[in-house]
Amino acid sequence: MNKPRPKHLALHLIKLPLPGIVSILHRISGLLLFVALPLLLLMLQYSLRSIETYSQLQEALAHPLAKLVMIGLLWAFLQHFCAGLRYLAIDLHRVRNLAQARNSSKVVMAASIALTVLIGAKLW
Amino acid sequence: MVNRVVVGAHYGLRDWLVQRITAVVMAVCSVALAGYLLWKGRFDYDVWTGLFASQTVRTFSLLFLLSLFYHAWIGMRDIVMDYVKHAGVRLAIHTLAILALLLYVIWSVQILWGM
Repeated sequence: MNKPRPKHLALHLIKLPLPGIVSILHRISGLLLFVALPLLLLMLQYSLRSIETYSQLQEALAHPLAKLVMIGLLWAFLQHFCAGLRYLAIDLHRVRNLAQARNSSKVVMAASIALTVLIGAKLW
Repeated sequence: MVNRVVVGAHYGLRDWLVQRITAVVMAVCSVALAGYLLWKGRFDYDVWTGLFASQTVRTFSLLFLLSLFYHAWIGMRDIVMDYVKHAGVRLAIHTLAILALLLYVIWSVQILWGM
């Protein structure tokens, strides 16, 4: 017996719950960091090779656009870091029900944004 | 009767575990570096290169980077497997990702020990 299943795809009513948003942001931030890897390695190289290359890097990063990119990557790192800690907590069965799943997602979002603002403001 | 053992490619559990071990390695290294810089209270060329003058720091930096590259591979592979359906495109992206990450390994050693 194959009953047609009720379909209710009211796209303006359906929205991703917060743990889902944390999940997709984990992927997006991870992808961003992967794409930025050559840039980050180049920065590490310039920062360590000599005082001249260190100064060159410092000059390049003084540009407002470069600062914005760095703060974007800082957010990606912190978002990935905080959400990652939450996934480790889930693996250790520290998140047991829906309420805890939602609350821990709120903590992840709040912590990653707060840390980005805090460190970002310091770096700017 | 043929006894079939129904299993998948069975790299899933290993990769699941590797993803978590490498994550913990990177998290510990990150927190340690952040703590060191906070403790130093300033950041300049001397503090930075002084830190990397230590063989221990270089070794753990390489451990961090190798963990990062392995972690990135598993993450990228999962993303590509989910969103890229065309086998040829998938193979191409996988190949490029692996080659890039292998080059990053060589580059990392050059950065840390070729100064």
